[in-house]
Amino acid sequence: MNLLKLIADIEQVDPEFGDRYSFHSRRNLLKFSSKLIAAGIPAIVAGTLNKALAQSTTPSQTAIDIANYALTLEYLEDDFYRMGLAAQGLVPTSDQKVIAQISKHETAHVNLLKAALGTLAVAKPTFKYPTGTFTSYPTFLATARALEDTGVQAYKGQAAALVNDKAILKVALQIHSVEARHAAEIRRILGLKSWVSDTTQTTFTQGGVNLKTLPNVSGISDDNLRGAFDEPLTKAQVLAIAAPFLG
Amino acid sequence: MLPGQLEPVWVGRRLFLRYAGALTAGGMLLAACGDEENPTTVTAPVDLGSGDTGILNYAYALEQLEAAFYTQVVASPFSGMTDAEKTLLTDIRDHEIVHREFFKAALGANAIGALTPNFASVNFSDRASVLGAAKAFEDLGVSAYNGAGTLITNPDYITIAGKIVSVEARHAAAIRDLLNPKSADFAGDDVVDPTTGLDAANAPTVVLPIAQKYVKTQITANNLPK
Repeated sequence: MNLLKLIADIEQVDPEFGDRYSFHSRRNLLKFSSKLIAAGIPAIVAGTLNKALAQSTTPSQTAIDIANYALTLEYLEDDFYRMGLAAQGLVPTSDQKVIAQISKHETAHVNLLKAALGTLAVAKPTFKYPTGTFTSYPTFLATARALEDTGVQAYKGQAAALVNDKAILKVALQIHSVEARHAAEIRRILGLKSWVSDTTQTTFTQGGVNLKTLPNVSGISDDNLRGAFDEPLTKAQVLAIAAPFLG
Repeated sequence: MLPGQLEPVWVGRRLFLRYAGALTAGGMLLAACGDEENPTTVTAPVDLGSGDTGILNYAYALEQLEAAFYTQVVASPFSGMTDAEKTLLTDIRDHEIVHREFFKAALGANAIGALTPNFASVNFSDRASVLGAAKAFEDLGVSAYNGAGTLITNPDYITIAGKIVSVEARHAAAIRDLLNPKSADFAGDDVVDPTTGLDAANAPTVVLPIAQKYVKTQITANNLPK
């Protein structure tokens, strides 16, 4: 069951649902069964939702912090693509569908995280952008690539810390792979490979396994050995990259 | 049991001799037994195991499938494959081989054997057939890793799975863009929920029956974490 899809569906019939679906007031949902059923949500699904939420433990402070960190990055991405689409003549017609699709997802991520955090959600910061971001399409795309690749690295860097917050880990992973799809497409528009090979990365060990000495990889280039694994970034590294965008 | 060793396998009333893990021998045996519709032509099941090992074997099984697929794609290019497409598909092949070999090495003695793929439904000379299958495999892989993340208990393995799943998502987007360039399909509404912006996440019980269609070896997963 896609819990978040369900939540989104519920929000359409109950605009205040997001407020109630906050980490600190999940149990309020228990009151909702009749409303869900009235909304056409099958009783068994509504029951499952209630059960899942009733059983779930309160998210850790770590998870709340990570969700707010993610929300901050999503605010930035959402703001960036909205500005880009609003800038007259910036995005060529040929690329409108791609940019609009990405923008749609970033808006959805913001809404999802805000709803999940409820009153604990951080406010949207004021953002600033490098000169030319919304007047030069190459600059816009370069920034888009940086934001998407960094977004992938940011989510990845937090996944392990969510090992005990399963519901949030699952959502984080589901956003993470969408950011990777975005990054891949922006890279294609830029004429780059869709995958990352950081040539400053000179070690080839993953999870204690030296990729260089594996069987059947002798003909595989260093670029492809690197490209097979996307590397994470720590929160400090990501915030350093995001800092120039924070007004 | 090592490749090349004979293992007696009972299938119904009939005794089959099987070369465990030997793909060519398995293929020959299957050929000798007639078409794949024949219910007696199954090889001995491979069980993924339990706990984190089971999940790693699950990933290893999917990576075996993907690596075998792209190996064949590159070895027998579809009609009209451009240089750019060949480069892209070769990169993906290499990534999948690295993933496969990585899991095999990481699992060590706990690794399942080599699976025998079944790509009978793919026309390797036809671009649409190959890219359609590639899209299906990549999207399936993304949904599998997304669904498996919460079944892993060791945080280090979560990070490793995260490093791989985003590469699979990049593959998926690139393949989708080859099929329908500069459309919304790279992260289409068919796979990323347009309301929540979330990619699919599927449990092994959903993924394995789909993967099984492309694998002759029967995969059992009754002991995986739920």
